[in-house]
Amino acid sequence: MNSGMSIIVRTITRLVYGLALVFGFYVIMHGHLTPGGGFQGGAVVASAFALLLVAFGAAGVKGRLNHHLLQTLEEIGALAFLALGFVGIGTAFFYNLIANSGPFLGASVSIGPNAGVFNAGGTLPLMNWAVGLKVMTGIAAVVIAMLIGARKEETE
Amino acid sequence: MKKTAILIAFLFVGTFLLLAATSMRPFGEPTFADMDDYFIANTQVEVAANNTVTAVVFDYRGFDTLGEATVLFAAVVGVLALFRKLREDET
Repeated sequence: MNSGMSIIVRTITRLVYGLALVFGFYVIMHGHLTPGGGFQGGAVVASAFALLLVAFGAAGVKGRLNHHLLQTLEEIGALAFLALGFVGIGTAFFYNLIANSGPFLGASVSIGPNAGVFNAGGTLPLMNWAVGLKVMTGIAAVVIAMLIGARKEETE
Repeated sequence: MKKTAILIAFLFVGTFLLLAATSMRPFGEPTFADMDDYFIANTQVEVAANNTVTAVVFDYRGFDTLGEATVLFAAVVGVLALFRKLREDET
């Protein structure tokens, strides 16, 4: 059985896959400075995984992307997000304790329009990474499970 | 008969939508802007982030984002459970 799509789609996927990954991780990493954030960047990375799966088929990526591993990573992301919410529980749930308070992600930002400081935002960048990990692995696991299920139906 | 009913319903809803569109507030002048002004004035001081939307989503309204993440988690678990059932039936 011929799994995957034509050689044109495969070649373009090889070219675009890395760029999509880099752009997705950029959106997650700069979530507190530029438009975007964990959800959006995670969706971009997951779309790169989905492109890979559609172009090469379930057999082409078998053994490289495992949906049990992806599910575990998604749960780790969800628990990390919840734990970061508990960081500021002394004041309030989801209180940003790290912002404006020291060398780790605690730099201050000058008021008004400016380019922003990367090492700032407190729990925001950490939460962006947690949610980004959760979204990218969750959507990728859904796509893989659906593709494997559809292929099983086809062979019956 | 059925076509007449559909036409009457269409005209009724269309008239109300048209009236609502003509009596809308002008763009950029919301009814209550106190919360928006607070976020715009204080995000850079309190959260030290330039992206106000991310500051609202992950800091001011973090609990809402937790619920959103829970919805995504439930959706993923549901899809995986569905296809795992299919695989067990085959063996």
